[in-house]
Amino acid sequence: MTQEKKKPDYSGLKDTDPIISYEQSEEAELAELNSVWDNIVNTFKKSPLALIGTTIILIIVLGAVFAPLICPYDPYVQDLPNALAKPSTEHLLGTDSFGRDLFTRIVYGARISLIIGLIPSMIAIVIGAVMGLMAGFLGKTADFIIMRIADIVLSFPSLLLAMVIMYTLGASLLNLFIALSVINWGVTARTVRAQTLQLREKEFVEAARSVGVKKSTIMFRHILPNCIPSLIVIFTLDIPDAIMSEASLSFLGVGAKPPAASWGLMVSENKDNLTRAPWVAIFPGIAIMLLVLAFNFVGDAMRDALDPTLRQ
Amino acid sequence: MLTYIIKRFLIAIPILIGIVLLIFVMLQIIPGDPISVMMKEKANPAVIANLTERMGLNDPWYIRFGRYIWDALHGDFGISYKMNNREVTGMIMDAFPNTVKLTVAALIVAWSIGIPVGIISAVKRGSLLDSTLMTFSLMGVSMPAFWVALLFQYIFGYTLRLLPISGFSSFAHLIMPAFVLGWSSSGSIARMTRTNLLEAMSNDYIRTARAKGLRESGVIRLHALKNAMMPVVTMMAMQVAWMLSGAVMTETIFGIPGLGRITVDAIKNRDMPLLQGSTIFAATLIILGNLVADIAYSYLDPRIRVN
Repeated sequence: MTQEKKKPDYSGLKDTDPIISYEQSEEAELAELNSVWDNIVNTFKKSPLALIGTTIILIIVLGAVFAPLICPYDPYVQDLPNALAKPSTEHLLGTDSFGRDLFTRIVYGARISLIIGLIPSMIAIVIGAVMGLMAGFLGKTADFIIMRIADIVLSFPSLLLAMVIMYTLGASLLNLFIALSVINWGVTARTVRAQTLQLREKEFVEAARSVGVKKSTIMFRHILPNCIPSLIVIFTLDIPDAIMSEASLSFLGVGAKPPAASWGLMVSENKDNLTRAPWVAIFPGIAIMLLVLAFNFVGDAMRDALDPTLRQ
Repeated sequence: MLTYIIKRFLIAIPILIGIVLLIFVMLQIIPGDPISVMMKEKANPAVIANLTERMGLNDPWYIRFGRYIWDALHGDFGISYKMNNREVTGMIMDAFPNTVKLTVAALIVAWSIGIPVGIISAVKRGSLLDSTLMTFSLMGVSMPAFWVALLFQYIFGYTLRLLPISGFSSFAHLIMPAFVLGWSSSGSIARMTRTNLLEAMSNDYIRTARAKGLRESGVIRLHALKNAMMPVVTMMAMQVAWMLSGAVMTETIFGIPGLGRITVDAIKNRDMPLLQGSTIFAATLIILGNLVADIAYSYLDPRIRVN
């Protein structure tokens, strides 16, 4: 950090003066983002699995958004005389033990799974990126403390940690967001830190530093944009994990609460009817698998396109 | 090498303390006091006061934390609030062998499927076989364990009546859980083996080996595989630690009295000492697993030690 102490005297100049201009780096950022986009498009064109994945995700998203238009039934209204009806033209996938239409509940269940897949992963990425940047760029004490906390979080079996958090905070959707964000930020922090450590030795960072650009500006405007490809990859690969965790927690009874239409909860509620009406527990499981598989296809393609080093 | 091992050990200690502190604090802020969990309703207030004092619950949290650490270092994790006041350490020790059995069986399944599938895919790269195997591996990763378990129970236990549905008293009881647990990790092992093998095959020394007339099987076995397996071995060491720390889902569904099961039970019964003990035990196993993986890796690849 000796360079920082002996800052060259550019006192007559403002940050905006074009010795090494911001405008240039912004253009470079844009070019970078464009090439990121081109890479994604090219890989998706070549990979049929990624296209299948994208299609499945689109169908499920459309179903979740337009659920009330697609489904003739209410997902919560019980119809006990009609309990455990077999799949028929009236009830496409049959009914559950309360006589609720299974197809309707699965379509509504996509809402929970998609929200759980996207929001906690997003929060985890933001926390992880900020932590990783600080650890990598500031170094020393900040690095030590942040990375030890990350180590602690990563030393828990993630499902176990999520269970303990849900137990502490109580089962609700909001707490599920918190639990899943907490268990997922560690990996992002490690990756971003590793990249920051490499990037901060690069010429463009040194240049920015030498003209006296603020630390926070270097971190967020110069280093962070270079981590975006990895962040996109981690994000897409976090989504299926989060969906799976929510399903597992709900199955164990520490996630979504009845009568919520959560796929994991639906399997759990109907597992005792497995012998009489196996389809009721099996169909929600297929829904989980399809969505997770689709996101995995897309995540794999993203990784191949953007950041093959993340393969492990 | 020795200094590296010592250094890694020293880093592990603050992490462990941090974990114990985290779990301790988290479980302290839960509403509801332990006495009410133990005594159910209508206990004599004098008895409650007495018990609270005797259990040291009136002390500030940092004193209780210190005491907890001190006792834990002596292998004493306290006494279960439920379960007839049994010692937590004893309960964990009773459960652990079952988890070990399950883990060993699951690892046999995972490795004997995952590694060959990964190698075949890499050798036949780009073929129909490759894409089929890889799609199946990804499906293995994408299926929820609890759902696979139910499906297995329905097919093999109920419809075909080949295997017992739950319990843990014979070898037959071990088969379904081992496949359920091993299934998904075999997927990730296969994917990782394939990736690393492909990467190793693109090296110059592979071309040299081929150029000197070595058969393709020899090239892969003698040259590529050795280098490709290093990261895979590290991942497998981690998987061992994860499985040992308690396969929550598998154990719950198949009624196996292992570590994962007692953790779930502890949550259901609001049994804090048991939950504290089992989670700390699990986290310790993971840290040890990390440590072993790191040391093994640095032994196999001396470059790691220098950095």
